[in-house]
Amino acid sequence: MSTFSAIDQDREIDREEFTPGVEPQPTWCPGCGDFAVLKALKGAMADIGRSPEEVLTVTGIGCSSKLNSYFGSYGFHTIHGRPLPVARAAKLANPDLEVVAAGGDGDGYGIGANHFLHSARENHDMTYIVFNNEIFGLTKGQTSPTSPMGHTSKTQPSGNAKSPIRPLSLALTAGATYVARTAATNPRQAQEIVAEAIEHDGFAHIDFLTQCPTWNKDAKSYVPYTDVQDSDEYDFDVSDHGEANAMMRTVEDKLYEGEILTGRFYVEDGRPSYGQKKREQGEMPAEPLAQRYFEDGEWERSIDFVKKHT
Amino acid sequence: MTQDDLVWRIAGGSGDGIDSTSRNFAKALMRAGLHVFTHRHYPSRIRGGHTYVEVRASDEPVRSRGDGYNVLLALGDSFARSTEDEAYYGNEKLKPLAENLDELREGGIVIYDEGMLDEDDVADLDLETRAEENDWHLYPTDLRGIAREHGRDVMRNTAGVGVTAALLGIDPSYFETLMGESMDGDILDANLDVLSDAYEQTQEWEFTHDLEVPDGETEGEQALLNGSQGIAYGAIDEGCRFIAGYPMTPWTEVFSIMSKHLPKVGGIAEQVEDEIAAAALALGASHTGAKAMSGSSGGGFSLMSEPLGLAEMSETPVVLLEAQRAGPSTGMPTKPEQSDLEHVLYTSQGDSTRVVFAPANAEECYEQTRRAFEVAYEYQLPAIIMYDQKLEGELRNVPVEFFDRETHPDPGTILSEDEIAEAAHHASGTFARFKRDAEKGISPRSVPGQKGGRHLTSGNETNEWGHICEDPENRKDQVDRRFSKFEHIAEDLAGDESLVTRHGPADADYGVITWGSQQGTVFEAVDRLNADGQSVAALGVSQIKPFPAPEIEAFIEGVDEVVVVEMNASGQFKGLVQKELGAYGEKLSSLLKYNGNPFEPREIVEAVENTAAGDRDAPDDATTFVPATGD
Ligand SMILES: Cc1ncc(C[n+]2csc(CCOP(=O)(O)OP(=O)(O)O)c2C)c(N)n1
Ligand code: SF4
Repeated sequence: MSTFSAIDQDREIDREEFTPGVEPQPTWCPGCGDFAVLKALKGAMADIGRSPEEVLTVTGIGCSSKLNSYFGSYGFHTIHGRPLPVARAAKLANPDLEVVAAGGDGDGYGIGANHFLHSARENHDMTYIVFNNEIFGLTKGQTSPTSPMGHTSKTQPSGNAKSPIRPLSLALTAGATYVARTAATNPRQAQEIVAEAIEHDGFAHIDFLTQCPTWNKDAKSYVPYTDVQDSDEYDFDVSDHGEANAMMRTVEDKLYEGEILTGRFYVEDGRPSYGQKKREQGEMPAEPLAQRYFEDGEWERSIDFVKKHT
Repeated sequence: MTQDDLVWRIAGGSGDGIDSTSRNFAKALMRAGLHVFTHRHYPSRIRGGHTYVEVRASDEPVRSRGDGYNVLLALGDSFARSTEDEAYYGNEKLKPLAENLDELREGGIVIYDEGMLDEDDVADLDLETRAEENDWHLYPTDLRGIAREHGRDVMRNTAGVGVTAALLGIDPSYFETLMGESMDGDILDANLDVLSDAYEQTQEWEFTHDLEVPDGETEGEQALLNGSQGIAYGAIDEGCRFIAGYPMTPWTEVFSIMSKHLPKVGGIAEQVEDEIAAAALALGASHTGAKAMSGSSGGGFSLMSEPLGLAEMSETPVVLLEAQRAGPSTGMPTKPEQSDLEHVLYTSQGDSTRVVFAPANAEECYEQTRRAFEVAYEYQLPAIIMYDQKLEGELRNVPVEFFDRETHPDPGTILSEDEIAEAAHHASGTFARFKRDAEKGISPRSVPGQKGGRHLTSGNETNEWGHICEDPENRKDQVDRRFSKFEHIAEDLAGDESLVTRHGPADADYGVITWGSQQGTVFEAVDRLNADGQSVAALGVSQIKPFPAPEIEAFIEGVDEVVVVEMNASGQFKGLVQKELGAYGEKLSSLLKYNGNPFEPREIVEAVENTAAGDRDAPDDATTFVPATGD
């Protein structure tokens, strides 16, 4: 029996396989945008034919990070802001896994921003979904890095004096090879984008607009939205770094002016992912590291290295 | 102090090649059949700043740097700042000579670079008078001149080695061979010329000293290794195939060795953005079934506090290294201390479930790293190896056959897919990853990609299926299960003499307890005390958690008084002993040192002598003595 026989099973996948049979009913508030991400992810997995056991979801801490509690794959619910480094290593250690990292805007653009930049820069072959509700949900409504300027909360009673972070531009500048934004109110596009991101070879970043009706009452529920790929108004080349960059700035400005633009903003094919590069340099095996323990093959010993010290 | 050992000290500025020259010197003596041991002292500067390395050689095994030294090769600091800076920096050019004289033993030799040091400055040191008083033998030599004639100024160190070889009767061919192994072409030729010229010239002199390299014959082939290498090789043999880290002195050395060798054995090494990421990556790799490690030094380890807690809660095996240096904060980056004990034991929130080892020498670094992986992957928890800047860089000879070991290609407690199929599952097919009534507290483990093993793991408390759960009964059971592992770990480790090492007579009157890197020095001191008619035993503790209470208690019970020797200001290990045993405050005194230098055997000898004489003074200004509370 092979060690990782759940991987690459060639069969039809039903989205319901991703609903865990054990207890948890989502604890998300009614109307929370997070439900849409869960739904899109299940649909995307079925679309691309990934079975629950070959998928690893790694999340941080926050309402959104509970995603994998309600998603029946292998899952690691980690600590606030740190899903990316955990996910990166999981993918390096077992390149056959489909690795999806997820968390909130506080998680990913606040406490975990450093990891976000470096994961994008290194172009790891994985998908990163940020549930962007412009607020800290789980800790009850504090200002987040994506909250608009002037936004008031218990921790910013006089209003946010900081301008919001630009996650799409950041991802692009840092080196992500797939950058998209979708919204909870756009389930069809969301599922398509998630599926595309997972299939992309490289770091795929999705800024997923999710409304938080509980703490972000004045926030729009991200309607009406425009899908830039379906619109005649926006014409740019998703494979052109410069055009993508200009487009993203527009998109990021407009979000706070009430116009919601979604779609793929940058898609770069052909740049080798980090793992691929490392393999080409002979610094990383192609097989899962754990496989060798099970196969119990020839193991090099340190005594050969020690002999250099005689 | 044994008279048949030789301690050679090479001093200069950082950047003068002190490190490589001393390594070669030690290697040459090792190849000549001697036991060798090195001690490094260097400042936190890249270039310039006074630095030295000692090489101690003896026909008997050597465990510590010893007290003082008997041959000084003072190169002169070629990276010294101008003498106008003297008010602030002192005359650094002269430092390699001036700063080292206090510890030079009677009958010692001084070789200094006449080519670099001004005659007037040297005269100010009153060297001649001091030499007469101490029976020192001065051999001023124009090392720079010899180097210049055949090559470049930097080869002053080679010239110095040539002079030393001639003065001490070492066959220069050992050095020639070593040079041939590390360089070639013009550089090699020039160095060989410098070496032979210096050697020949010196041989013509009239020697006034009577020091010589002792004759020795070690058994079997020897390798010259430091603690960092011990750790890295132990990790590789135990099947570690993933490391992630961020540089920080003194942990960087292990990180570099692993980065070089891991890809050769099919592993992965990652330099990442910070230490939080580093530890988190190690967890990610481990989660998928790889044996993984990370590490850092004080400040970086502080950042790992959260991932460390995550490893405990999610029961993800991992090995973390903590290479201590003098703290708090960035403290003294290149100076040893043992003051992170409490940090390592207690950092991160909640009741901790981690295993902690503190090896005493290069061999123990190897053994205990293997042990750490074994325990971590058997019991699904983090294991931490604490060492320090002393062990990191101190070289000693270890028989090559010590490393002739089996590797351990074992996934630990990860089940095979067949075993997973047999294991407990929820009706929905979800695997009981955190089964509450598991044997030895170890619940079954699967890794992503395995069929039938699907589960969620979390930094939150979970139920048997890995789902977040705050049910009081579940919480209590899970905590009890995780804690129950310690009883079994303690059983597994009991009786391992490299973890709790007793030294000296069985019925001693006095005891010395130490932990980690000071063990060799303490054992040497205890040997001297017994040779001088005292009755003293020592206990070197390398197993910190689970705490080896029975062994330590028996040791304390067996002697009249105990001195606990450690390199920190607050007596952290003594505090731990009292906390764990709940007694003995009246019996334990502390000998502490925290000036940036490790203990010397004589300090321990004196502290025990004082104790035996009922005198509670510290042996010198560099150390502190804290009497037992019963005093
Ligand atoms: C180190 C650390 N700091 C703070 C917290 C508390 N905390 C939990 S979730 C969260 C922010 C949640 O906001 P976001 O990431 O935007 O996710 P959301 O709940 O909105 O989905 C914070 C600050 C924590 N768990 N860990
Ligand atoms: S608090 Fe907001 S983000 Fe959290 S579950 Fe409720 S609606 Fe969703």
